[in-house]
Amino acid sequence: MAEARWETPSARTLVLDVPHWPGHLPGQHVDVRLTAPDGYSAQRSYSIASAWRDGGTVELTIQRVADGEVSSYLTDVLEPGRQLELRGPVGGWFVWRGTPSPVLLVAGGSGVVPLMAMIRARGDARGRQPFRLIYSVRTPQDTLYAGELARRVRDDPGLDVRFVYTRKTPDGWPEPPARMGVPVLNSHGWPPDFAPDVFVCGPTSFVEAAADILVALGHDAAKIRTERFGGTA
Amino acid sequence: MTTGFELDGNAMAGDLREIFAVDLTGAVATCAGCGRPSAVAALRVWGPAPGLVARCPGCEDVVLRLVRAPGRAWLDVRGAVSLRIALPEESVAEGPA
Repeated sequence: MAEARWETPSARTLVLDVPHWPGHLPGQHVDVRLTAPDGYSAQRSYSIASAWRDGGTVELTIQRVADGEVSSYLTDVLEPGRQLELRGPVGGWFVWRGTPSPVLLVAGGSGVVPLMAMIRARGDARGRQPFRLIYSVRTPQDTLYAGELARRVRDDPGLDVRFVYTRKTPDGWPEPPARMGVPVLNSHGWPPDFAPDVFVCGPTSFVEAAADILVALGHDAAKIRTERFGGTA
Repeated sequence: MTTGFELDGNAMAGDLREIFAVDLTGAVATCAGCGRPSAVAALRVWGPAPGLVARCPGCEDVVLRLVRAPGRAWLDVRGAVSLRIALPEESVAEGPA
């Protein structure tokens, strides 16, 4: 691990310098294995947050989870300079390949991580695909990449971000906190006629609710790709 | 099966990639129970466990079981009628992983 930075009080980005890394596609993940001196080992999958550039680093954003033996080690214990055992990049389904279609990204909490890799890859390539992110967070303080998203909305043409706050809104927000529902996905997603590629990532209940709404709005289920995590412990 | 640690077939990508020459999370598995086709990535997986048990999102029958141990892996595909695996038209490797 080359360096680390806090994104929120409970989420930390690990910047990994991986020798001979073959590069990765946005949406892919790595498996991280931790092994204790007594031989006990635990493995978890984490989405890659960064877009790949030759000679670059690999970034993982880890959300600390209550009772998460792996996540709490990665957020609170691991120091720069230490080595990690990784396997990857893996996954070829929940991946954005730079195709020309419009894209709808729907994130619940730290499910934004692989979607951020897609936004970053598009930005790095100066892509023109219309991109919309609908990002559900509990409170403004829980927002990952808030500053970078604001900057990219300004600088990356064709990128829109809409936040949904489920517990507490920023001051002056026009609506009370609420779960993401039909109106937001209807108003801020693409019309089904545009046949967007849709990527939904978050906790299982969030992913199922979002996918059900999108299908009910007329989106082709085959165009909706989902990734669920159980609050990766 | 533990509670609250509900994943999907995306989490099987690493173990499957050690066995197969291509990514298998995009393969379409047809459930032997109900006949529903699903991307392996969309199968339902609960963990963590010594093995990964992937169930059909339609009928919850077990479609795949994968146990990885040092030096070996067991893959049980009895719950799948078939696996349809997309391959590039030319035999050119496609990008990373």
